[in-house]
Amino acid sequence: MKRTRLYAAHEKEGAKFVEFFGWEMPIEYSGIIQEHMAVRHHAGLFDVSHMGEIVISGNQALDFVQYLTPNNAARLDVNKAQYSALTTPQGTFVDDLLVYYLDENVFLLVVNAANTDKDFQWILSHKQGFDVDVQNKSENYTQVALQGSEAHKILQPLTEIELNDMSGFAVERGSVAGVEAIVSRTGYTGEDGFEIYTLSPNPEKIWDAIMEEGKTYSLLPIGLGARDTLRLEATLMLYGNDIDESTTVLEAGLRWLIKFKKGDFLGREVLLKQKEEGIRRKIVGFELIGRGIARPHYPVFVDDEKVAEVRSGSFSPFLHKSIGLTYLPIEYTEIGTEFAIEIRGKRIKAKVVPTPFYKKEEKQ
Amino acid sequence: MYPDNFYYTKDHEWVKTDGDKATVGITDFAQKQLGDVVYVELPQSGSQLEFHQSMGVIESVKAVSDIFSPISGEIIETNEELNDSPELVNENPHDSGWIVKIKIKDEKELEKLMSASEYEKFLEGLEE
Repeated sequence: MKRTRLYAAHEKEGAKFVEFFGWEMPIEYSGIIQEHMAVRHHAGLFDVSHMGEIVISGNQALDFVQYLTPNNAARLDVNKAQYSALTTPQGTFVDDLLVYYLDENVFLLVVNAANTDKDFQWILSHKQGFDVDVQNKSENYTQVALQGSEAHKILQPLTEIELNDMSGFAVERGSVAGVEAIVSRTGYTGEDGFEIYTLSPNPEKIWDAIMEEGKTYSLLPIGLGARDTLRLEATLMLYGNDIDESTTVLEAGLRWLIKFKKGDFLGREVLLKQKEEGIRRKIVGFELIGRGIARPHYPVFVDDEKVAEVRSGSFSPFLHKSIGLTYLPIEYTEIGTEFAIEIRGKRIKAKVVPTPFYKKEEKQ
Repeated sequence: MYPDNFYYTKDHEWVKTDGDKATVGITDFAQKQLGDVVYVELPQSGSQLEFHQSMGVIESVKAVSDIFSPISGEIIETNEELNDSPELVNENPHDSGWIVKIKIKDEKELEKLMSASEYEKFLEGLEE
């Protein structure tokens, strides 16, 4: 199993580890609920070095990114990032990702750990005819995420980058705790925060300095357990659960990231047709009305007919409810529609609710 | 840590007897393994249980796990407090986090269970 360069730091914090697609990652430290609430109320620090980093550079880097992804990378300024996807010709997901425009002709794609090798091969297999160089830098990068309303206060003393000048999805290069890094105002929790990338062989300097600085702000280290509950409350997609090679970008409710007018990209034709003809199923957020917790793969019933499975499903530590995502036939996707989820042989009532389940503006 | 007057199972349940009545819960080791408990599905009072029959479910944020009956008998009471406060299983697993009370059918079955020191040895074996 692969370990990140921060493994020793996690051991020191008393992490429980789990295997995650070939990586030995912290699942929790102090407990999922406590970690979850620390991020919602104060701040949390995540090691997400298992994520993949693929660099596309060269004269036609922009053209190539435009061809691979449905969002409009041409609208990115240097030092900006955007959420996007790698799409198949069928308009479904090879992966979802962040596209960083780092320099003239240089893009950094941050992809899911589970898909890094698949994505790299996918990108290579489509590069013919483009004057680009593609490199898988995943083994070189350490990535940490500092998330929560106190994140900027914790990070500011450790860097010369003016964090207040960074808008959402802004990217800056500078030093963090004396270590060269890329800092972006991005995250996967529904809170304000930063993601920090470094090629340094000593990334624990960044981790340790943030942990130390965070002491006065009730910062906690956060494992993959709370990362999942946080992103689900914020309705951020998880590849392999909510989106995959069988779900189209439109079905996944991500119409906003498709820019049809930008020109050709993989899947454009199918997605355009689907947009015109209408989709037959769509992702919905639900909460369980009856007791229990709906978990991934539990069968979903509408009028006694099995129509789907739960994609993501968990207890929500912030809302104290069982929440989740599934795909329903389009005629059942209206807010308030009731359906059933089978839990250990019993059909339990659920209803379609607005997403995201949690929005940070709603908080005091 | 593990009370001397309890019996223990390999599935990490504990049993405390009082005459022909047994109180049953999960051990401190089990609650730590599960993490934050958020839901306990309790059996019906009056149900008849065989030894090692699944009698309920404990759900933590991440995991679902069966609760097995450590002895045969009839459920005479369930811990209704767990409906509102499932976290009692984490906070006080050997006391207020108890799960059911069973009327013991055959006291000889208790001999199959482990003592506190045997259970502690069993746990050491798991950690190796």
